[in-house]
Amino acid sequence: MAKILIHGKEYEVADGQNLLQACLTLGFDIPYFCWHPAMHSAGACRQCAVKVFRDENDTRGRIIMSCVTPVAEGMRVSIDDAEAKAFRENVVEWLMSNHPHDCPVCDEGGECHLQDMTQMTGHVYRRFRFKKRTYRNQYLGPLINHEMNRCIQCYRCVRFYKGYAGGNDLDAFASRNRVYFGRSEDGALESPFSGNLVEVCPTGVFTDKTFRAHFTRKWDLQTAPSVCVHCGVGCNTIPGERYGELRRIRNRYNGEVNGYFLCDRGRFGYEFVNSPMRLKKAVIKNGEGGQAVSKEEALKLIARMIGMGGKVMAIGSPRASVETNFALRELSGAEDFYSGFSRQEAALVSLVVEVMANGPASSPSLKEVRGADAVLVLGEDATNTAPVLALALRQAAKNGPLKAAMQLGIPYWDDMAIKTATQGKKGPFYSAAPYATALDDVSVKTFYGPPEEIARFGMAIARELNGSLPQVEGLDDETASLAREAAAALLAAERPLVVSGTGSGSEAVIQAAANIAWALCGVNRQAFLSLVMPECSTLGAALIDSRGLDKAAEAAASGGFDTLVVAENDIFMRMEREDAKDFLDSFSNVIVIDHIITDTVKAAHVALPGAAFAESTGTLVSFEGRAQRFFQVYAPEDERQAAWRWLNDMTDAAGVKRLRWEILDDVTAAAASAISALGKLTQAAPSAAFRIAGQKIARQTHRRSGRTAVRAEEIYEPKPPDDMDAPFTFSMEGFQGQPPSPLVPRFWSPGWNSVQSITKYQESVGGPMRSGDPGVRLIEPKVVAAPFFRAAPIPFKARKYGWLLVPMHRIFGSEELSLLSAPLAGLTARPFVGLSKEDAERLEAEEGEEIIVRSGGKELSLPATIVRGLVQGVAALPHLPGISIVTLPAWGVLARAKRKAA
Amino acid sequence: MEGLSERPLTAMMKADKSAVTLSEYEKAGGYQALRKALKTGPVELQRIVKESNLRGRGGAGFNTGMKWSFVPMNAEGPRYLVANADEMEPGTFKDRMLLEGNPHQLIEGMIISAFAIGASQAYIFLRWEYTLSEERVAKALKEAYAKGYLGREILSSGFGLDIRLHVSAGRYICGEETALLNALEGRRAVPRAKPPFPQVSGLWGRPTVVNNVETLSNVPHIIANGAEWYRKLSRSEDGGTKLYGVSGRVRRPGLWELPMGTTIGEIFEEHAGGMREGMNLRCLIPGGASTEFLTDEHFGVKMDFDSVMQAGSRMGTGTMIAVDDRTCPIGVLRNLEQFFSQESCGWCTPCREGLPWVEKTLGAIEEGRARPGDLEVLEMHGASLWIGRTYCALAPGAMEPLRSGLKLFRGEFERHIKEKGCPYRH
Repeated sequence: MAKILIHGKEYEVADGQNLLQACLTLGFDIPYFCWHPAMHSAGACRQCAVKVFRDENDTRGRIIMSCVTPVAEGMRVSIDDAEAKAFRENVVEWLMSNHPHDCPVCDEGGECHLQDMTQMTGHVYRRFRFKKRTYRNQYLGPLINHEMNRCIQCYRCVRFYKGYAGGNDLDAFASRNRVYFGRSEDGALESPFSGNLVEVCPTGVFTDKTFRAHFTRKWDLQTAPSVCVHCGVGCNTIPGERYGELRRIRNRYNGEVNGYFLCDRGRFGYEFVNSPMRLKKAVIKNGEGGQAVSKEEALKLIARMIGMGGKVMAIGSPRASVETNFALRELSGAEDFYSGFSRQEAALVSLVVEVMANGPASSPSLKEVRGADAVLVLGEDATNTAPVLALALRQAAKNGPLKAAMQLGIPYWDDMAIKTATQGKKGPFYSAAPYATALDDVSVKTFYGPPEEIARFGMAIARELNGSLPQVEGLDDETASLAREAAAALLAAERPLVVSGTGSGSEAVIQAAANIAWALCGVNRQAFLSLVMPECSTLGAALIDSRGLDKAAEAAASGGFDTLVVAENDIFMRMEREDAKDFLDSFSNVIVIDHIITDTVKAAHVALPGAAFAESTGTLVSFEGRAQRFFQVYAPEDERQAAWRWLNDMTDAAGVKRLRWEILDDVTAAAASAISALGKLTQAAPSAAFRIAGQKIARQTHRRSGRTAVRAEEIYEPKPPDDMDAPFTFSMEGFQGQPPSPLVPRFWSPGWNSVQSITKYQESVGGPMRSGDPGVRLIEPKVVAAPFFRAAPIPFKARKYGWLLVPMHRIFGSEELSLLSAPLAGLTARPFVGLSKEDAERLEAEEGEEIIVRSGGKELSLPATIVRGLVQGVAALPHLPGISIVTLPAWGVLARAKRKAA
Repeated sequence: MEGLSERPLTAMMKADKSAVTLSEYEKAGGYQALRKALKTGPVELQRIVKESNLRGRGGAGFNTGMKWSFVPMNAEGPRYLVANADEMEPGTFKDRMLLEGNPHQLIEGMIISAFAIGASQAYIFLRWEYTLSEERVAKALKEAYAKGYLGREILSSGFGLDIRLHVSAGRYICGEETALLNALEGRRAVPRAKPPFPQVSGLWGRPTVVNNVETLSNVPHIIANGAEWYRKLSRSEDGGTKLYGVSGRVRRPGLWELPMGTTIGEIFEEHAGGMREGMNLRCLIPGGASTEFLTDEHFGVKMDFDSVMQAGSRMGTGTMIAVDDRTCPIGVLRNLEQFFSQESCGWCTPCREGLPWVEKTLGAIEEGRARPGDLEVLEMHGASLWIGRTYCALAPGAMEPLRSGLKLFRGEFERHIKEKGCPYRH
């Protein structure tokens, strides 16, 4: 700690930071633009000027930029100094000299950092009287709107896009007062993190195009804290709603998870909630089609179905809340509940749970990922399966070079100097994948091969670290030497991290990853093992039950069941079509609760409209093992409700095995006491009874406009709906200040209307949220001898007439819900088969030519795409709609389709 | 050679302005300093140059030997030397003379300097418009390679050096040493954060020294003749001779190598011959466009770094621009600020947004469109675009003539505003 004097008063501040960080942490307001808590200091905007004085006799002082000045013991600082204030006002005046004066019609207005900073500096009158500079805007795709005239050239966009997220199609062009930020030509931004530009840009250059399509002012959005449902990372979000329509997603800072950033699947996938594929009414199958019925009618029918005392089987879902899955389990009894995994998923997630629960390696938070000083990625294409994890890994890759740069005396926050000193240098970062991935550019070296070869490579690394493990036979020299190199790098690190997961479809890969992490633990290292699972509560479901649908089908075939209840699961995506059909046919009654219309919903005798994440409250468990609560954002007008509540209503109506729950907390508590792995579930967030000064927290802002005017045709303002499940009101009445971190519905602070107000919610700038980052970790590593896996797979041999088809995940298209978001559907690739260059030649197929893929009795015709990194004899099948092969890797046969005669 | 002991930089140069050839250079003692240096050793070379009091001729005037001494000599990996030949300061043409007239002198200076800092790779970063320099330097480099002065093994010393000629894409800011390094790496020509200085983290993040062409051209002579000889060439504390130039409406515009510390009056009157018939000197900019105006009151001031600084300006590149009394001083300022505004890299706000405002305001005043408050706007910029408030020295440099001009030409400004137009345009 260092003591510094601000306006003559002494403050203790942490060493090693810059003066701007220190002052903001202390609660002082200093305006800034180019500095960003995650991307640090650039020194470009010159907005954060303050004055420092040499000693007590120095009365003149010196203006310095606080963001590039390290704090020093005894430093004398004045923020309010007249000269410093005048200069800060000058800076805003310069920035505003070319800025359009059209805040009332600007998408950013009301949550604009430039507006806030202009207010803060006191600049009101524009003396610049000459023509303003203007630019041509670009088309940047369906997600981001571009309005260059609003640019204040803070360089944050390129520093994020290129420097932080590794993109390469956005840059700064031209010079002097013509600097331009955009692409070399019009076109969709290629980075899967492009949506963050919306929050990174301090003004309205980059705005959310999906929000623009149903725009409303920030203060008219109803918001609540939520958790992203589009992958297993568990990024914290703030969805915003008005008039029953979900309008946008914003990042919700969680220092242990997503920090400041989301991926584009998470940010723009929300449109599925508004999609025509929503199930909004209960539907009863009658003859050919279905008939929409009221809630009461549906429940009456269901009461007959389950009230007779027949046996019920329940199928849950890895995309459903823990509470819904648990309620299903209570309905059917543990024996007859299945979480709804495919056979392959069940095998993989059971293994992951076993590794997490019984091994000595810790599952890292994303903050710990960002802090890792050596990384091995084994077989997981994280950019496509867990994008924000990949973003965190990209930061970890910088730690090695950063450490070297800091030895030259450069502070970590001096971003431009760090970039100069670290350029061209890569940290200890190794990866192994079946094909080239987006993280290859940060990898020192990448091993390419099919899953079994990746597993063997991993086993060889583990063997290097622990001589008692079996030798991997038959490795070529290059692979063996790479294994030695990677092992040495991991061993030399203080916080080594191994990343793998279910993405490769291979248990052997996960076992190899576990062995490496465990072997590192064996040499007194705090080793991290991050195992990716694909859906928002895969782990939550697996902790309740991890048997697959194959087992469910076996049980159903053995007879005795009358009724099947499925919640939020499309079993046609997890079983072969015929198997799924047979399975459903083995029940007299099929009841499906879901919020979207799936093939399973269509096959149901009774389909009940579930609530999407923004319409209900519940708990999800990320693959880190973090239980996090998402809260209902708005009350839908029709009968959509959480699946667990439907189940409660069903048993109520039937009068059987009554689920005695009134509110969500009852379900959560029951789950926590029934399943020991979920013991801490109730700690994910304060309960519905939580009050501040006797008040619930308001979902609506204190600035909400036209509350009564919009209902002017009615005499009375209706009472807002009650929310029994959460400590929030659907109203502007209620607590408007800072609640505990899991309950923060939006970021706002007086004078800070933009996302920059996050700083006011943190203990220190860029640090944890006040009262701790949200969520509770359910699984901690065991202090035990590692239960190593001993078997290494036999080597892969390319077949003469067959190809190993490996799964390939796509950020847009591989996830069920975001696929229903129209803007993302437009970015989803058409199905293809990925081939190595050699194999394409062998098949005499050009890029784009149709290839017939035969596997498991199916035949697909797909265009060929050359995929870098694939080894000969291995082809990649993307997980995209239209590709119906459920289990991959699998062997298949490829042939070029007959060319049509010219 | 005659004069070599008084005018080491230029005595060898030929009247027909063709380049000194390798054999002519060698005959006059060229590359002997290199032989001596290779036997001397890096640390000793650094000491000699430091003691010679050779100060950076690019304009900043930092002691060259001292600059070299900041290079960590024990660090592993490559180190670099860069010759800054991006001479783009308005009114400045001294490096051009050295590049065109005697490229081997520069090359020899670079080899010795590279040896002194342990660099095995060097670059000449050349201004795009200097096409004749490009031709001659490229030829000289070829000759030096052929003769074994460059390459893997220089004169059987065990020391090797590769020099590459890089022709800039052409921006004033590339003369700023860190922007130069960015440009050399193929990045945007934007200055870098300092510290760390290039000696620690420069080209590709490696220890790097960037020296001006004139600075490097002095090095062989210092090594050949010693630090004391060099210091004695000067009439002031700073060592050596200096290339002084005068442009503008003087009788004999030109460039002369004179002892460091020759007075402004002597350079202006004896060498440049004073103003042309019928014209009077209004003021002069002593060292390129980014220095404050001086007047005939300052004729007694010695042209060296410290003396000009004491007089309230900077020696800069040592090449003066004389402004006569028939030229509108507001137009002069506008012309200068137009240049700086156009050459801003666009990185920091004050420079990027402030300079165009200054330029436009000066334009409005000159053209009779002044408004109340315009002078205040100019004053504000003069105060606000200052050292420490901007990212690099470009904008403060641009403000030097403006700040002094606002004082010196107050009456002219008021006249323009009152008469709604330029009295010099009829």
